[in-house]
Amino acid sequence: MTTSQTNPLGPGYEGVAGSEMRFRDIFRDTLRAEMNRDDDVFLMGEDISGGFDKDTKEPLDAWGGPFAATKGLVQEFGVERIRDAPISEAGFVGAAVGSALTGMRPVVDLMYFDFVTVAFDQLLSNAAKSRYMFGGQTKVPLTLFARSGAGTGHAAQHSESFYSMLAHIPGLKVVVPSDPYSVKGLLAAAIRDDDPVFLVNDKKLINLTGFVPDEDYVIELGKGRYMRRGADVTLVGMSYTSVVCQKAAEQLAEIGIDAEVIDMMSLSPFDEDILIESVAKTNNVVIVDEDTPRASMASEFAAVIADKAFDHLDAPVKRVTSPHSPVPYNSALEQEFMPQPADVVGTVKNLLGRE
Amino acid sequence: MDISKEKLEWIYTTMYRIRRFEETMLEQTLKGNSMGVAHTSDGQEAPPTGICAHLTDKDWIGSTHRGHGHCISKGLETDKMMAEVFGKATGQCGGKGGSMHISDFSKGMLGANGIVGASIPLAVGAALTAKLKGIENESVGVSFFGDGASSQGVLHEAMNLASVWKLPVIFACENNGYAEATPSWYAVSAEDIASRAEGYGMPGVVVDGMDVFAVYDAAGEAIARARAGEGPTFIEMKTYRYHGHFHADDTSKYRKPEEEEYYKNLDAIKHFERTVLKQKLMTEKKLKSIRDDIEKEMLHAVEFALSSPMPDISTLYDDVYVNYSNPIAGLR
Repeated sequence: MTTSQTNPLGPGYEGVAGSEMRFRDIFRDTLRAEMNRDDDVFLMGEDISGGFDKDTKEPLDAWGGPFAATKGLVQEFGVERIRDAPISEAGFVGAAVGSALTGMRPVVDLMYFDFVTVAFDQLLSNAAKSRYMFGGQTKVPLTLFARSGAGTGHAAQHSESFYSMLAHIPGLKVVVPSDPYSVKGLLAAAIRDDDPVFLVNDKKLINLTGFVPDEDYVIELGKGRYMRRGADVTLVGMSYTSVVCQKAAEQLAEIGIDAEVIDMMSLSPFDEDILIESVAKTNNVVIVDEDTPRASMASEFAAVIADKAFDHLDAPVKRVTSPHSPVPYNSALEQEFMPQPADVVGTVKNLLGRE
Repeated sequence: MDISKEKLEWIYTTMYRIRRFEETMLEQTLKGNSMGVAHTSDGQEAPPTGICAHLTDKDWIGSTHRGHGHCISKGLETDKMMAEVFGKATGQCGGKGGSMHISDFSKGMLGANGIVGASIPLAVGAALTAKLKGIENESVGVSFFGDGASSQGVLHEAMNLASVWKLPVIFACENNGYAEATPSWYAVSAEDIASRAEGYGMPGVVVDGMDVFAVYDAAGEAIARARAGEGPTFIEMKTYRYHGHFHADDTSKYRKPEEEEYYKNLDAIKHFERTVLKQKLMTEKKLKSIRDDIEKEMLHAVEFALSSPMPDISTLYDDVYVNYSNPIAGLR
């Protein structure tokens, strides 16, 4: 997506040194860079190195983390800072909160996003509330990440996208990168942030490639970005649906509809201004979210647009979401479950009264 | 007895301070001067006192809804504690936490917690910090919890973690016989909760939780092990709460008077007094002067809490985050 109309890296990035990288590789490089940058950063999770030699007790790095996200890091940083955990999400997320309260900056790999619920009390009651209920005495510089999303045959309990549940919690922050550029900037920002931040990676992004600047940078939490400029309709994406929106925009362009694509990047806090600014220009908006529709981010963005940009709207705010159902296993059902570019195109055509 | 005179005085002062704080706080709560729910720990003075006698401000404790005794044992000021229970701006948490969330990070008090068992892994995390920073010898984590929390899954996860990572943790189980109104003989599958420690590869000891000397000795051994890098210990202290689960709870509906009487005869403070007087370690005069000082301190704490200002309404929005770019004031 680097046409003359679009510059995902934003103004000021023309001619910047960098390279095409896979999402998974820049994710690991960013973890490494942050661990080198700050000795208080350490990583915990299940099989983040994976396997130990029974005789020498040395780590085997057999897995290198779910989806090999942390491969090689244990050789660089050792087993203290690349800390394989038993399957005890509540226990080790709680321990991470305790460690954050006492001066460290833990990073927790929760593997599949669905596993959030197993540790939910620690996130809600301890990570999110400690600063407030203790009257500002403390802070919780904790980062968590996990893989979300359908489309990979992982079925109902390994495919959730309910990031709206986390965004609902005062005290937590939630970010959703959508490409290699954004995961580098958001992961670095999350680890350096003094509040608990959950970074949700859609599995469908992990092997995608994209341009990543070499330089050290962070993306400000709470800022969205324009992936494509257009005049007729605003498509709002988050996580993988930002990719869906870009594909839809390309198809719309072929039939003469000029779509603008916003990638929210942060869900809590989130960028109200970019939503209002874009809708003020295009007067039409479609929000695309792989989360289920009830009390979702799509609903929240729709409410903000209805509240603050009502006079700019030519038509009702539209949402394209997954159905109110668990994620199915069968691939045909699963494809139907997920918002597809064709769904977005169809919704836009209806919205604009185009056949 | 291998306890210094200063330490004995500290133990008596701490136990009596807990007793009188709870009684005073309960009285004030029933008068309507507190702002909400409060859980008292009088009767249970020995466990936190005997354990915290070995700790410094660099050691961390995690606490429970019944946490005032833990706070006092860790050195928190009763003025600020009472003010917090009263919901005042001068309270330990500025009136944001109340009785169930008193904390003082400068004193190594990680905060009391209203979710039963939720603070257990926090103490494990504090111990993990100590291990990562190589300061286990001066910073252990103590997790206080009751017989009720012994049925929470997170305790078992935390015990396994502390054991496999060999962390400097003390699992301090205050078994007062009741989880709310449910007796432990009904809800706990083992005769001794400490017997479960064996399954997690750590020593488990049962001590008389009405005897501060027994607690002190067991804790001393466990904390020395932790400081030496030898890993966690589970200590079960059989104790008793004199009042109900919370301030308005009527224990006569589920406890027999004979049972309450039995434990009051074992009273931890009286046991201490008898022991030190018999062994001529402290004088009655000294004991009385400590009690008199505490009485004055309690009067002061109530006066301080009553006369303190309410928090400014604008503080409602403070400290949800360190920084956050969206408004949090809600929609009106």
